[in-house]
Amino acid sequence: MATKSKSKTPAWKTGEWSISQEQYKQIANKREPSRSVYKNCIRAFLVGGTICLIGQVIQQMFISFAGMSKEQASSPTVVTLILISVILTCFGVYDKIAQWAGAGSAVPVTGFANSMSSAAMEHRSEGLVLGVGANMFKLAGSVIVFGTVAAFIIALIYLIFGINIKHG
Amino acid sequence: MHVGRQTWLFKNKPVIISTGTVVGPDEGEGPLADTFDYVHEDLDMQEKSWEKAERKLLEQATQAAVQKSTIQENQINYFVGGDLMNQIISNTFAARKMGLPYIGVFGACSTSMESLAIASLLVDTGNAEYVMAGTCSHNCTAEKQFRYPTEYGSQKPPYAQFTVTGAGAAIVAATGDGPRVIAATIGKIMDFGLTDPFNMGAAMAPAAVDTIQAHLADLNRTPSDYDLIVTGDLASVGLPIARDLFKENGLSLEGTVFNDCGLMVFDLETQAVQAGGSGCGCSAVVTYGHILQRMQKGELKRVMIAATGALLSPLSYQQGESIPCIAHAVTLEMEG
Repeated sequence: MATKSKSKTPAWKTGEWSISQEQYKQIANKREPSRSVYKNCIRAFLVGGTICLIGQVIQQMFISFAGMSKEQASSPTVVTLILISVILTCFGVYDKIAQWAGAGSAVPVTGFANSMSSAAMEHRSEGLVLGVGANMFKLAGSVIVFGTVAAFIIALIYLIFGINIKHG
Repeated sequence: MHVGRQTWLFKNKPVIISTGTVVGPDEGEGPLADTFDYVHEDLDMQEKSWEKAERKLLEQATQAAVQKSTIQENQINYFVGGDLMNQIISNTFAARKMGLPYIGVFGACSTSMESLAIASLLVDTGNAEYVMAGTCSHNCTAEKQFRYPTEYGSQKPPYAQFTVTGAGAAIVAATGDGPRVIAATIGKIMDFGLTDPFNMGAAMAPAAVDTIQAHLADLNRTPSDYDLIVTGDLASVGLPIARDLFKENGLSLEGTVFNDCGLMVFDLETQAVQAGGSGCGCSAVVTYGHILQRMQKGELKRVMIAATGALLSPLSYQQGESIPCIAHAVTLEMEG
């Protein structure tokens, strides 16, 4: 090692870094595996579509076997889907589906149910009030907040432009 | 003895006389399954909360280390440990049962080597005869504190890492048989402005490189002097970046094996762990299990472990701060 003493100290021995943050980001980006957008879109389409199809089957069953009208069947259909989602969350299956499905399992009502039930389960150890109660909307809360804000803005637009809404 | 910029050279060469490793089910299905002292079949470990389960891991690892040694627990002078939980509760609560003088440290996933370095320093300087160093992590406590509820269905990116459920403990002594701790380098905080908390391998790579380079420069060594150089948890994204940086800095890794504990603890082909393992337990269970066992068999003479840590908090990244990272390196040697 001592024979090389005449040459310049190599960069690694100096403890100095010559690369900038931007240069480092370029080095790091080269090694970052990309998320496959197309694959994710197809998977989301398949899983999201399947969940909606299951919902449609459930709705049809309420209409055919329980003698409900289409409007009457919609609420129990949603409740049934939520129940299925919560059961799958409790058995530790929903997160595994989501890793494969991406947005496909996050967007439908089942995703909302999963976000609430998973938070409730996770924080059960901190008690019913400060744990379950306070944390249940930890993830779903922002959906409700921005859903309400969006609804308010739409309502304003309707009001300003004098659009009449017919309630069903 | 302080040498170079940031390295402690241990003249009396403290000995790791015993270690204990306890892991969860996923690590038990990994390629290093046979090297652990105990493998739990469930993540909850018959405890009521994830936090209690993590604490149990550490308690069992320290107990295993004591049982495998020739000393009693009350002969240990100090316990040095830390973990990922807020206020390092896993170690503090485990230390409550031990009744030993306790030094709590935090270096995120670098805590394994940080605690080993401090334990070795205490022994080398004659301030203690026996010191226990320990650390632990649990996949579910880490998910709960740093990410989302464990059962929440969100898709993890391919560069995310899987926190190891496991605990490792080592007893460092002034005399005895076993691998010796020769030197330790305390790392500097490195921050190249990366902000994605899922991409920790990329954030930590410069810290690992900086510490490994400092360790070699301070000890006047080259990588070929080592049979094995391992990083803590850079995984499949961070390790190639570290190689790129070494190349950029003109350091050749020829003549050594350069690997990462996060890649060794899981089988990336068959296990759904994305880029590989992470967490305090990751480098602890791999070092105190697999690596030390190979040293004792005579397969490895000199090893450097550079445990890496991302020192972020859930609050700091939500506020848009970048991720400060650190790495601490320790050289272990097997004599004879």
